[in-house]
Amino acid sequence: MAAGATLITFDKVWKSYGQGEAKVHALAGVDLAIRRGEFVAIMGPSGSGKSTAMNIIGCLDTPTAGTYSFMGIDAGRLDRNRRAMLRNLYVGFVFQGYNLLARTTAAENVELPLIYRGVATRERRDLAMQALAEVGLVGREHHTPAELSGGQQQRVAIARAIVTRPTLLVADEPTGNLDTARTHEIMELLTRLNTELGLTIAMVTHEADVARYAERTIRFLDGHVASDSKNLEVA
Amino acid sequence: MIWETVRLSLRSIRRNVLRSFLTLLGIVIGVAAVIAMLTIGSGTTEKVKADISKLGSNLLVVRSGRPAGPGGPGGLDQVVRPLAEKDLAALVAHLTGARAISPASQKQVRVIFGTESLTSGVTGTDSAYLDARDWKLVSGRPFSDSETRSGTGVCLIGETVRQQFFGAGDPEGEIIRVNRTSCKIIGLLEPKGYTGFGQDQDNVVLMPLHAYQRRIAGNRDIDNIYIAADDRTPTSELQPRVEDILRDARRITPERESDFAIRDMTQIADAMASATTTMTGMLGAVAGVSLLVGGIGIMNIMLVSVTERTREIGIRLAIGAHEKHILIQFLVEATVLSLLGGIIGILIGLALAGLASVTLTIPFVPSPAVILLAVGFSALIGMVFGFFPALRGARLDPIDALRHE
Repeated sequence: MAAGATLITFDKVWKSYGQGEAKVHALAGVDLAIRRGEFVAIMGPSGSGKSTAMNIIGCLDTPTAGTYSFMGIDAGRLDRNRRAMLRNLYVGFVFQGYNLLARTTAAENVELPLIYRGVATRERRDLAMQALAEVGLVGREHHTPAELSGGQQQRVAIARAIVTRPTLLVADEPTGNLDTARTHEIMELLTRLNTELGLTIAMVTHEADVARYAERTIRFLDGHVASDSKNLEVA
Repeated sequence: MIWETVRLSLRSIRRNVLRSFLTLLGIVIGVAAVIAMLTIGSGTTEKVKADISKLGSNLLVVRSGRPAGPGGPGGLDQVVRPLAEKDLAALVAHLTGARAISPASQKQVRVIFGTESLTSGVTGTDSAYLDARDWKLVSGRPFSDSETRSGTGVCLIGETVRQQFFGAGDPEGEIIRVNRTSCKIIGLLEPKGYTGFGQDQDNVVLMPLHAYQRRIAGNRDIDNIYIAADDRTPTSELQPRVEDILRDARRITPERESDFAIRDMTQIADAMASATTTMTGMLGAVAGVSLLVGGIGIMNIMLVSVTERTREIGIRLAIGAHEKHILIQFLVEATVLSLLGGIIGILIGLALAGLASVTLTIPFVPSPAVILLAVGFSALIGMVFGFFPALRGARLDPIDALRHE
């Protein structure tokens, strides 16, 4: 995999909601590029368009106008099911609220994306165990979310995101529900995945401390990219 | 994949045991009702058929009075002329295609032995009666021709009469009192059980016609003439011949209606069986309506389930589930749910039918076809009524679904 090649491009991307006078532009002609292996923090106040941008990056949403290309594919023009396939093959998701299936064990949660890939039961189990080991949750495989702490739940979510060996990890406020110590642990984990696996990470956050773990910060304001800068190396 | 989905749906059903159970109730009751109705219905049909064949298959019964019509049997415009010995004689002399022809006059009469008494159906007849009705003797002998002619005080008794007077003992040679006359028991009839109308066919006493006429009826009338067709002759062919001979014997001019009626037991059997079948079908249809109601219950609960699990659907969609995966997941859940209800319903329905067959003394005839149909139908209900909620879940926008609280 050629590190540094462009993974994601926004070419004059617009996203509009509503009609006529009430029409709102969440994104107003955004140009953006993210290369493979980058760890990008996306910041901005609520309503700035950062969430909309993230949804398009994660192939959950499509632009109203302009082109979104992912891995050279015009992902903005694909139908629901093709985007679902793209997500399943190349994108992992981590959410603020963990979004694990309740009353379902950690291992089963991690196996979930593999089920939709049609991976055989045994291989699924092995891959899930491996992913859980990578996030440091050995021995917790058969706990349900209710039996795990917030930090542990987010680790399960990360394991679920990386079990398919995705190209891109989309993280939406991954530490929003965690205390400082837990936040640090999770960010260390994401940084490690970024460097060790070469995983491209796009992370939305509103905390500057968290954004500092990324190597680049993109700030959104009123549907535009307000600033795009390299971060200083974290100590 | 499918097995995985079935396991998943079982788990989600288990999670909401009470709710699932209440949802199932509609299907359970519906299927149980259908199964019970149809099983009891076919048992009743069997019973009716068996009863009618006990009356004697290929049997014509002639009795005096006009054929049943709008005015009812007998009518008002003519005095009922009873059947007489010469009518019987004419039939015996001229009728072809009959295996047995026998007269019978009946009356409920008090029968006494020692200090015991019993009201029993006493029939005066001749030796051809057993053949005509297809009745058999367990022990003893039928009346001889001379006993029939002279009206000797001898009789054959049914099982109920024997039990009342003699328990399990041998009744032969004992003397019982019938009305004010006494007769000697010469044989015991084979037990036949109850008819579908609750009539005890074993509470009978048979005696020679002349003895009956003289000592019990006090006249020379014949109530009925039983005519059993032989194997080659259908009753429908025999009936007009009987009518011709009797009109002739009774000197009925062509412009007048017959003053006797001929009943074809085969026709009655068919009519009764088809009436039972119609009844069963109707009850089954009514029970089927409750299946529909059950289906709506399933739809309702699946809609609730989809709404409740919107976030889960969002996660699955984000992770890469296709629309069809979500659709199948909820369809399978609805189907498993209603299939479960169907199976419980079948078990309850069969139990009810079993209970009914014991209390109503009808045969228990569960039909594999009906059971399979019920299984298939309940699965179909799940699929049909689960489809709309499942589609609704599958069509959710993953972004909205993930935002759902």
